[in-house]
Amino acid sequence: MNALTLPAASANAPEVDLLLFALLGGTILVLALVFGLMLRYVSHYRYTNTKDRGRPEEKTWRFEIAWTGATLVLFFGLFVWGADLYVRDYQPPPNALRISVIGKQWMWKAEHPGGQREINALHVPVGRAVELLMTSEDVIHDFAIPAFRIKHDVLPGRYESLWFTATETGAFHLFCTQFCGMDHSSMGGEVVVLSQPDYARWLADNAASVGLVAQGRALFTRYGCSGCHQAEGRGQADAVDRTKGYSSVRAPPLDGVYGHPVPLSDGRVVVADDKYIRDSILMPAQDIVASYDNRMPSFSGVVSESDLFRLVAYIKSLSGSEGS
Amino acid sequence: MSDVEALPRSYVTEDGTLSSWLLTTDHKRIALLYFASITAFFFLGGGAAALMRLHLISPGGAIVSHATYNRLFTMHGVVMVWFFLVPAVPVTLGNFFVPLVLGARDLAFPKLNLLSWYLFMAGGLIVLWSLFWGGLDTGWTFYTPLSSNYTGGYVVLAVVGIFLSGFSSIATGVNFIVTIHRLRAPGLTWYRLPVFIWSLYSTSIIYVLGTPVLAITLMLLAFERLFGVGVFDSTLGGDPLLFQHMFWFYSHPAVYIMILPGFGVISEIIPAFSRKKLFGYRFVVWSSVAIAVISFFVWGHHMFVAGQSLYSAIVFSLLSYLVAVPSAIKVFNWLGTLHKGWIRFDAPMLYALGFIGLFTIGGLTGLFVAALAADVHLTQTYFVVAHFHYIMVGGMVTAFFAGLHYWWPKITGRMYPEMWGRMGAAVIFLGFNLTFFPQFLLGYLGMTRRYASYAPEFQVLNVLSSAGSVILAAGYLMPLGYLTWSLFRGERAPDNPWGATGLEWKTRSPPPKENFVTIPIVTDAPYNYPRPAAQHG
Repeated sequence: MNALTLPAASANAPEVDLLLFALLGGTILVLALVFGLMLRYVSHYRYTNTKDRGRPEEKTWRFEIAWTGATLVLFFGLFVWGADLYVRDYQPPPNALRISVIGKQWMWKAEHPGGQREINALHVPVGRAVELLMTSEDVIHDFAIPAFRIKHDVLPGRYESLWFTATETGAFHLFCTQFCGMDHSSMGGEVVVLSQPDYARWLADNAASVGLVAQGRALFTRYGCSGCHQAEGRGQADAVDRTKGYSSVRAPPLDGVYGHPVPLSDGRVVVADDKYIRDSILMPAQDIVASYDNRMPSFSGVVSESDLFRLVAYIKSLSGSEGS
Repeated sequence: MSDVEALPRSYVTEDGTLSSWLLTTDHKRIALLYFASITAFFFLGGGAAALMRLHLISPGGAIVSHATYNRLFTMHGVVMVWFFLVPAVPVTLGNFFVPLVLGARDLAFPKLNLLSWYLFMAGGLIVLWSLFWGGLDTGWTFYTPLSSNYTGGYVVLAVVGIFLSGFSSIATGVNFIVTIHRLRAPGLTWYRLPVFIWSLYSTSIIYVLGTPVLAITLMLLAFERLFGVGVFDSTLGGDPLLFQHMFWFYSHPAVYIMILPGFGVISEIIPAFSRKKLFGYRFVVWSSVAIAVISFFVWGHHMFVAGQSLYSAIVFSLLSYLVAVPSAIKVFNWLGTLHKGWIRFDAPMLYALGFIGLFTIGGLTGLFVAALAADVHLTQTYFVVAHFHYIMVGGMVTAFFAGLHYWWPKITGRMYPEMWGRMGAAVIFLGFNLTFFPQFLLGYLGMTRRYASYAPEFQVLNVLSSAGSVILAAGYLMPLGYLTWSLFRGERAPDNPWGATGLEWKTRSPPPKENFVTIPIVTDAPYNYPRPAAQHG
């Protein structure tokens, strides 16, 4: 890569660059003004120059209002520009390809919907919105792709998302930009943008025996979730309900939950997104579904972050929103 | 040494015993104790920086391991922030000159002043212990959960040291606030106070209001680390972002703790060497106060990519632009002061002009990182490193040197060699720009900060930056050399070598122990320089 240029390889990169160049232009103008005036005054009004200066301005408030006003207007314009772009780039489009990313000291693990896994690399198709759903197994990391002009912190205990649409094929730097301990500077790799056919080929070449959803379904049984929660129209909860009425193992059925509002026992209503499902597995006592008792043990420290992603993918599939 | 004996009776010659220095309650002697301490810390932190720059001449890292590099930048940050920048101007120039400028015989609480130095030294030595014995590799920001549960090293010890030194800040702040309220000379009304005093007043407010929050934050961190109390660690039910909110609630105002006194120094020097009233005195004064207030509401701009909500990010961005306005007002007023002045280029003025240039660059690049979408790309890269070094080093350290040269004759009774002073200012300006300007480009290109090794395409700019740091280091060693030399061999200073206004120039150089033989009476606004124009028709 060239030493003095940075590729602009995502849809938002040229927009960020435009903002940066506007800032740079403004900076150069103001610097020219400040340095220009300073140099002019110190040469013009040097004490060895005994020319009469005339009277200095006694009333200064007109100048004060002028430059305070000008500064405020300029700054407000910059604020609106930067915020507008940030807001537009905040929400991923609903049809984005979702890839899960886990940061840990000192590597990045990514898992594609089809179960393809990679370490310190991320293969994505060109021209398609990609949303990364990210969490950390230990400390705070940050997933940064300078060529896309994006980065976001990756925190333990919660999901953060980052999305982009790559516009150029090629390999680009991936850095961890939040200091994360000894080998922070080695925690990186490459984002490889492939053409759509190449990406399809890459997926096929690296196909896992089963996709995320299928793996999640297996885990759903293995961790004993299916003992209480009804899923895909069957399960213990369903059976118990019908034979014994309200029994001790009654738990909310999970079909069609994802993406829909869930009324909670304390009166709140939350939308069941990835974070909600993750939290419900790890901290079941926090959000109790209305008309249910909290009987569920915490799975914190039992289910790994990668298995959590698989379980979430499975529960999500129960709403028919994403196949494997 | 016969020269020293020939000095007139002053606070220096009063009593020569070691205990008279270590147990002194004279604000001037305490200022000198602080001078010696922060100079040592400055060169210690600078040494760590020099090693880092040397290491970074090669992409793979030239001299130390990753672990050592992490310890070096942690040491650099901790020492420079808490043991140089935060105290620097207030405890040295402020301690020495607040009573002199106010026409007082000492600060309001002389014993508290001495206690603050002991707290500072105790904190400093404990931190050095943690840095050299256990090693500390969290960065000066101590982000959780890295600092609470994932790193070895003496985090708790370092935190205790910073906690103690925080109390020294609070003591200094309280002392200044009370002194400025209660001990002004007769006739010295609020609007007759030099801007230096207003700046230190604003700084003191932040000291007193902000530092306790840092103390609480660091104690919670220590509790989590020692006893597993879950405050910040998500596996214990805490929230890692809470730490960042609390940390920056202090640490952003702390940025203004560092720079506000610098503004004050510059506002003294520019009028003195332009022979002209400060342009827009009241605007400069109230912009200091405005900065102190608004600075408490911008902390979230350190967290635009950290996972705070969209709406907080927007509000913090707007407020960050707002806090930049008073700083811009000050720059324009300094330029207005130069206009139609009678400008002299003595060393303090050269440092002050350098300050205006470097601070303006630092301030303008702050607008880049206050713009949300631009910050997403630039934050946590060398762009940010360059930006805050332009403010903290280009701005604050340059202002400190400006003030040091300006008041050196009063403090020591000696003149430094003028040519050396001017050369020092020029070399520092040049070396500084060569060191830090390439880092703006590195940041834009994506080079992450706190990296012990980096991608090969970044090497050219890194080497350039390292080369600049050699010049900068030489620049900083120059004042150490010629100022020390002047202590023994410098020309005897007159009482008012610059012909400056201000009560500190109305007493002897160096001042007697009681500052003034008779307390002066003030009848005039500050900076009332006679117009030389009158002499020339």
